[in-house]
Amino acid sequence: MSEKILMKGNEAIGEAAILAGCRHYFAYPITPQNEIPAYMAKRLPQVGGTFLQAESELAAVSMVMGASAGGARVMTSSSSPGISLKQEGISYMSGAQLPAVIVNMMRGGPGLGNIAGAQGDYFQATRGGGNGDYHVLVIAPGNVQELADYTVKAFELADKYRIVCMILGDGYLGQMSEPLILPEAVKELPAKDWALTGAKGRDPHIIASLRLADGALVGHVYDLYKNYAEIEKNEVIYDTQNLEDADYMLVAYGTSSRVCKKAIRVLRAEGIKVGLFRPVTLWPFPKKEIAEAAKKVKKILTVEMSMGQMVQDVQINAGKYCDVDFYGEPGGMLPVVEKIVQRVKSYV
Amino acid sequence: MTKEIIFAGFGGQGVILAGKILCIAAMNEDKFVSHIPSYGAEMRGGTANCSVVIADEEIASPVVEHPDICIVLNKPSMDKFEPRMKEGGILIYNTSLIENKPKRTDIKVYGVDCNKIAAENGSERAANMVALGALVKIVPWLSKVDSFAYALDHAISARNKKFNEVNLAIIKAGNSLPIA
Repeated sequence: MSEKILMKGNEAIGEAAILAGCRHYFAYPITPQNEIPAYMAKRLPQVGGTFLQAESELAAVSMVMGASAGGARVMTSSSSPGISLKQEGISYMSGAQLPAVIVNMMRGGPGLGNIAGAQGDYFQATRGGGNGDYHVLVIAPGNVQELADYTVKAFELADKYRIVCMILGDGYLGQMSEPLILPEAVKELPAKDWALTGAKGRDPHIIASLRLADGALVGHVYDLYKNYAEIEKNEVIYDTQNLEDADYMLVAYGTSSRVCKKAIRVLRAEGIKVGLFRPVTLWPFPKKEIAEAAKKVKKILTVEMSMGQMVQDVQINAGKYCDVDFYGEPGGMLPVVEKIVQRVKSYV
Repeated sequence: MTKEIIFAGFGGQGVILAGKILCIAAMNEDKFVSHIPSYGAEMRGGTANCSVVIADEEIASPVVEHPDICIVLNKPSMDKFEPRMKEGGILIYNTSLIENKPKRTDIKVYGVDCNKIAAENGSERAANMVALGALVKIVPWLSKVDSFAYALDHAISARNKKFNEVNLAIIKAGNSLPIA
């Protein structure tokens, strides 16, 4: 086991990607995730990899598409407005079933917004984001250790299901330093019998997102959704805290969930039984699990750094079992512990 | 126990680094730690700060709203953070650059002549190291002074490691002040 080190969230993602076998990274800089390209620029040449700062986000995501088609483990990263620009490539890769890892360290929006951490891209991440019927597998880590561990996991899932896998963090997580034990290096990468590796001596492989033949697209979309159903069945990740005896349940992911943990300590010290349900995969959303948890509590408070996005998934899946309330802070502001405490107290 | 700390000062005074060094020293003693810098539209000569949490249990939130401890190296930082401090908190302020005394009477205040002590011990730029030494004298639970050798070794880039010896001496000078 490697030594415990203090590492910044963004850099932890970079090192974890390299440990996962990623040797190709293409990006265009944007705050608050610039430590990722800076780290990759330094580290990738040391391990025989390729770092390339593209001329635009569109170019970067297209390079990702090319490297992925060639069978490489490849990553790009950006923050909210940059991820919007990458949606064309994400939709194409989803159509062409090309695996890739895309990191979004969210910042305040809409538009260029500001550079503080935010969670306003939940809809964009979990509903596809680009055009057409598709999903991106979305993982929302809650600390620096998880940023590293789930980056490795994201590469694994992307290859396993030939899907785009997104690490959805925020500026606070990216800028934060915490103790970290680096994950084990991945020794053997999965074979990709579909990749474009030169067709000498075999039938050509075809990677395409355009399907004009009669009925071809219909069949393809059904196939994509069979794959998505498998992911929904097998890959849900979530975490809970203090739910065993809870009367009230906070639901939050990423940085918001950490503020909730602080509020839980304050409320529990005053004898109010409150717990946390933390979705880690946002798509697939832990539907059954949150419904089961909702049956045992009197009321849910969803906390987000947005005007209310994940709360819709909470409402859909848990709303028939108990009331779902919402508290959010937009514009790059953090939820405030006292406000969560006061809101929960108002239920008692 | 959880201690929520703000290090604040001018950009260039090394407050972000001081926070990082404390984190690594405390981490080396198996405490839970977190560090997050402010990263607004910062610029050289502007104010900078970082939030540090040191705890003996899992850290819920790394973001400090109401600090238990503030280390302020310039006046704008004291103006900004003194009012936010928890009752009973500890304020360490740099008397080399801050003429006014803190206003609050419900906190404990310690004036340290950081720049002067740094200069007397080998580097006028190391006011942040004096403050670190004073901090762990006042709140010894945070970290042993011995852990700072390890912390400097892991926090400082190769290019600046040649200053580790003098920085450690200055931390020890801060730690030997007749306070607390």
